[in-house]
Amino acid sequence: MNARILAIVAALGLAAISVWPAAADEAPPGASSCSGCHAANAGVSTAVPRLAGRNAGELVAQMQAFRSGERQATVMDKIAKGFSDAEVQAIAAWYAAQK
Amino acid sequence: MTRRRKTRRDFLASSAALAASAALMPRPAIAQAEPHVVVVGGGFAGASVARALKQLDPRLPVTLVEANRAFTACPFSNGVIAGLRDLSAQQFSYEKVVADGIVLAPGTANLVDTQARTLIVGDGVRLRYDRLVLAPGIDIRWDALPGYDLPAAERMPHAWKAGEQTLLLRRQLEAMEDGGLVVISAPANPFRCPPGPYERASLIAHYLKTKKPRSKLIILDAKDAFSKQRLFQNAWKELYPGLLEWVSLSMGGKVTAVEPATNTLVTDFGRHDAKVANVIPPQKAGRIAELAGVADRTGWCPIDPVTFESKLVPNIHVIGDATIAGGMPKSAFTANAQAKVCAAAVAKLLKGETPPEPKLINTCYSLVAPDYGIHVAGVYRPVNGVLTEIEGSGGVSKADAPRDVRAMEATFADSWFKTITSEVFG
Repeated sequence: MNARILAIVAALGLAAISVWPAAADEAPPGASSCSGCHAANAGVSTAVPRLAGRNAGELVAQMQAFRSGERQATVMDKIAKGFSDAEVQAIAAWYAAQK
Repeated sequence: MTRRRKTRRDFLASSAALAASAALMPRPAIAQAEPHVVVVGGGFAGASVARALKQLDPRLPVTLVEANRAFTACPFSNGVIAGLRDLSAQQFSYEKVVADGIVLAPGTANLVDTQARTLIVGDGVRLRYDRLVLAPGIDIRWDALPGYDLPAAERMPHAWKAGEQTLLLRRQLEAMEDGGLVVISAPANPFRCPPGPYERASLIAHYLKTKKPRSKLIILDAKDAFSKQRLFQNAWKELYPGLLEWVSLSMGGKVTAVEPATNTLVTDFGRHDAKVANVIPPQKAGRIAELAGVADRTGWCPIDPVTFESKLVPNIHVIGDATIAGGMPKSAFTANAQAKVCAAAVAKLLKGETPPEPKLINTCYSLVAPDYGIHVAGVYRPVNGVLTEIEGSGGVSKADAPRDVRAMEATFADSWFKTITSEVFG
């Protein structure tokens, strides 16, 4: 990796830190409600998938597909419509960082 | 012994020092030195907020005041009434709550000294708090429906707090002969679990259809509209034709009095003599809300939608069914969601920080039959001090969904119960 790329990576890292100072431990708005249906406890096995540790990009894509109607849903289409892209990204990043 | 006495003397000395410094130092400094959160009520709201606080700050002392040794959940208790599940499936111990390091204070919260920030439990146990979170659920308004008092509820159960009342209603249905009339009286808004009376009617109708098919069920309603109405009514036509009848307010459905001696429900238009009468009476916030001064004239508690702090008394937060929560219904999902937002806000406030504006979700499933589920869902945020449903979000199950989707929703309902009870009590 050359110095220029390293500098870019460092700059991006700093940007991420300054935008979301506590992304790892502080749940962004809306995130804490999800575990009503999507179990936080790994020991619970149900028809509804867990969110913790999932790839953030994948979670964002799913929410966009629910919102556009591209993916059929019973409940999630209505919930996805209550969140902006930025909010979904923050929630997805937070869940991706959870165990 | 010597060592113990010395410890006690040290404690007294440090207490005196603390008291002296309290006089000299501004209040927030003391609060920061030894913050203590007391939670009243170990239901979906109270147990959730206590555990969420511990998760956010494992060193924060949290005390949970609860009168019952175990919790009996209301969601799915209509299934117990209809003979589809046992009451034990509704019951949860506080073992795991205590294992988190939460101090369980058994007893009834009887008084709040808001000046001294002290809660009195039982005969006089005093608990000092920096922040008090009240999650008292509902109480029955025994003064609201003529004839409906505590003894009347033994004859005409409300079964709106799960437990003995749930089993009583079930036994009455089991004892009823085929061909009997069951009457459910549903209250005006607001009340705990808006779709609850209609899920209950559906599952009792399912029981009657399969076990006592010549029987009939009437819902006498103090309202002209109710939660998931079109979905319920379409399903009733399909599943329980001729068995279940809904009488709206404008059709004379409002029950104005009851006569327990004859199991009679009285409306302005007539009298209904029931074999089994389930009176779901008007309600208010649980007793401690009124005693603490956080309930207003409606009997419910106005709150700040960002922190869930009472709009009437500082340093007291209210969550769950007891609140006036704008568009959010009084549900277990809502109680749990509010609890987690409140915990995050309280943790911030104790550190002197400002809580961010939250977003909350509610999802409620109802069963119309064991394999037939429907839902309502919504996303909420504070708008002008009121929790408001976000435009374009939320709604109910599709009106024309096929039966396999209804069956899938029944599975999701079951999943939800497992998940939420494991988060709150597991």
